[in-house]
Amino acid sequence: MDLSIAVLLAQDGITNGAIYALLALALVLVFTVTRVVWIPAGEFVAWGTLTLAGLQMGRAPGTVRVLIGMAVIAGLMETWVCVRRGETRRLPRRLFAWTGVPIIVAALVAWLAPMQLPFPVQVLLTLAAVTTLGPLLYRVAYQPLADASVLVLLIVSVALHFTMLGLGLWFFGAEGSRTPAFSSGSFEIGGVNISVQSLLVVASSLALIGALALFFGRTLFGKALRATAVNRAGARLVGVSPDFAGALTFTLAALLCAFSGVLIGPITTIYYDSGFLIGLKGFVGAIIGGLSSYPIAAAGALLVGLIESFSSFWASAFKEVIVFTLIIPVLLWRSLTTTHHEEDE
Amino acid sequence: MRMHWSRAAFAALVVALALVPLFAPEFWVTLGNYIGLYSIVALGLVLLTGVAGQTSFGQAAFVGLGAYTTAYLTTKFGTSPWLALAVGMAITATVALFLGFITLRMKGHYLPLATIAWGMSLFYVFGNLDILGGHTGMSGIPALSIFGYELKSEHRYYYLIWAIALASLWATNNLLDSRPGRAIRALKGRLEMAEAFGVDAARLKSVTFVYAALLACISGWLYAHLQRFVNPTPFGVPMGIEYLFMAVVGGAGSVWGAVLGATVITLLKQVLQDLLPWLFGRSGNFELIVFGVLMVLILQFAREGLWPWIERLMPRRKPRPVAVAEPLPARDHARHAGPLLEMKKARKQFGGLIAVNDLSFEIRSGEILGLIGPNGAGKSTTFSLISGAAALTSGDVTFRGESIGGAPPYEIARRGIGRTFQHVKLIPQMTVLDNVALGAYLRGTTGIVRAALALDGVEEARTRAEAARAIERVGLGDHTFDAAGSLPLGKQRIVEIARALAADPLLLLLDEPAAGLRFLEKQELARLLRSLKVDGMTVLLVEHDMDFVMGLTDRLVVMDFGEKLAEGQPTEIQKNEKVLEAYLGGVI
Repeated sequence: MDLSIAVLLAQDGITNGAIYALLALALVLVFTVTRVVWIPAGEFVAWGTLTLAGLQMGRAPGTVRVLIGMAVIAGLMETWVCVRRGETRRLPRRLFAWTGVPIIVAALVAWLAPMQLPFPVQVLLTLAAVTTLGPLLYRVAYQPLADASVLVLLIVSVALHFTMLGLGLWFFGAEGSRTPAFSSGSFEIGGVNISVQSLLVVASSLALIGALALFFGRTLFGKALRATAVNRAGARLVGVSPDFAGALTFTLAALLCAFSGVLIGPITTIYYDSGFLIGLKGFVGAIIGGLSSYPIAAAGALLVGLIESFSSFWASAFKEVIVFTLIIPVLLWRSLTTTHHEEDE
Repeated sequence: MRMHWSRAAFAALVVALALVPLFAPEFWVTLGNYIGLYSIVALGLVLLTGVAGQTSFGQAAFVGLGAYTTAYLTTKFGTSPWLALAVGMAITATVALFLGFITLRMKGHYLPLATIAWGMSLFYVFGNLDILGGHTGMSGIPALSIFGYELKSEHRYYYLIWAIALASLWATNNLLDSRPGRAIRALKGRLEMAEAFGVDAARLKSVTFVYAALLACISGWLYAHLQRFVNPTPFGVPMGIEYLFMAVVGGAGSVWGAVLGATVITLLKQVLQDLLPWLFGRSGNFELIVFGVLMVLILQFAREGLWPWIERLMPRRKPRPVAVAEPLPARDHARHAGPLLEMKKARKQFGGLIAVNDLSFEIRSGEILGLIGPNGAGKSTTFSLISGAAALTSGDVTFRGESIGGAPPYEIARRGIGRTFQHVKLIPQMTVLDNVALGAYLRGTTGIVRAALALDGVEEARTRAEAARAIERVGLGDHTFDAAGSLPLGKQRIVEIARALAADPLLLLLDEPAAGLRFLEKQELARLLRSLKVDGMTVLLVEHDMDFVMGLTDRLVVMDFGEKLAEGQPTEIQKNEKVLEAYLGGVI
């Protein structure tokens, strides 16, 4: 291997790593606030790419139908809860939030899809559709089990991964899609060719990470989420609704994943089942950060991207083995530095 | 004697299973084979997930290890399949021990995540290694033969699979109802308690994980010689997840849940594969959608799975009576010359906060010593320093003249210190008898293998008799077979004392035993403690309730702000000005 190949691999690794970092942040966010190990994050990435690909072809993507279906279920669940608790006065507002808004988003996407609007608009529509799915998923699947153990929530996550995989095949089909790059240009610095697309990916990842830091450090919502992450009961006592915190977390996390999907689309061909592997790579990063530290998780994800890119050069058949085996020394190190074990429930 | 209904049901099941290959069509035999293979794997998950509170998505990878080991050894070297089974089990145990070692000391979700990663890696290894046939797999695996009798047809193989499945069921059931079984049940959310009675929790978790992995390996070995062909597909993470579904859907709390879950999922998959493409008009992975939704619904509405629903329809099982048996070996209760326990300038600091500040006092044999003080005085921390739940910053604790400062709870229990918990830590679904028997954990020696093979009869009878005696001693004989969680708080506290007594302790540590009790319950508790003292027991009582302590203890140690404020007989303490000031803020 000479230097130019190394630079090329490093560029690839950093680009992919930046995308995994977004995912790793979403996973840490979801875990700290809701204790959910969010396996279906990868499906959100794949759906992001596939939704955008559908819009490119002027078709209303399958995401629209899932949105409508979930909105109806969430509406029914809200109605049931309100009626049972005798809080019918709250019902119209809740129905608007849980059923009305998602259906409006779905209708908007379905209506605008055939118009083949400019690329940035399509990206916005994609983000809107996939992001709306996040809180709906929380409301329908996780919220009724919010007090369950981490283990139960993890099993729910795996079940949802299965469901979304099946729905993905049904709605998007088995063929893979690529989406166009934001820019096909490239430039040279000191004899090294750098693509504008890579630069855009890294820059937008950094921008999102910065925005998240601002959100958590400076806004009331962000602080409320942090409070819930530390102590659910305590947060409830000071007026932060854990249900609201959960929905908000899933909105943010879905946005991060959808954005990752838009970024990864031009780099790799995405199939309905590509999400799981991508998600697991984000997980390896998140686990390096102990599912709690944002900066270490992001750095870990970057490392995963680099290792993946270099191992695909040396031992491409064992690329995945190497990436997933990386988790073993990480766990070993964490285990040896953890001095006490904690009660599991 | 009339046969017990559960035995009768079991016999009926065995007969029905035996008849399937004789009368049912080929297709059913095939299904039966698969249900048997899956049940073996799901059984391991019942123990691991339902009972011990850990989980694994990587069981399919262990199945793969069993299958590939025998496939490789028998086709390349002509090794005997039985030897290949032993090799496969050795490899599996090694991998499981290693994975357990790196994950089980941490929070519960690291093991499942590690098993996903391990399942993914192994799948790619199987698929990419040319010597293992890559993605096309390996064929030409020989058929099994037993004493020269070849098991070539599916019909004959069926009997082997189900013999092993039923044997695993029997062994796992034995295991759950034994000394290690009681400890495994305590792993789920009662770790601190288990360790206080001498259970080495980290080791036991690893052993449970290895047990589940070995069952999966055996299933894989059977699979390889049934199919006589292996490829990577059935050993990937999706199948690992399906195994977990089987255990959860069937009911991970019971061994029968494993068989029920394996049956339901296998049949459901069969039906869905036929029905769904017909419903939706084209082929796809619709069963994935249904499986996923079903799973979420089951967790939302029937978290314990399907088996408890069936169990509720059946008549309640009568408890096995406690037989008369020799007592377990007991400790030397001869009085120790000098103080039984001594705190020597014990200190505990949390960062800048000094919770216990160079505290010294002693507990003399045969007395009831009260440790009291206002909220935040450091009583509970002192208690933790003695019981080993917290580490000393400096100073020492000696018991019978030997240092126990810094020893783990396991070691402290072994030396003869029994304890109760401020927040009752019983296993609510287990009977009072089983809960108390857990207290005698260190007085027995039965390990996993002896327990699984039901070779622990004598020791088990002695343990049960010992537990029953402790229950009688505290006056709860009428509740021996009740579920511990069904008793009122006052009685649960007393069950905790019985459990501590079953350990045959020299010193009893009681952490706020009167908290939350009603007046009559307190009186009953006081009566019990007095009678224990008459029998020669030494007691350290950490309490809040002044009235309760005053009439009961021989001496009192009063703490405030981590330091000893006063020490003496209750009547002296009542007049001590410093104590009055600490308690009443100097108003008087």
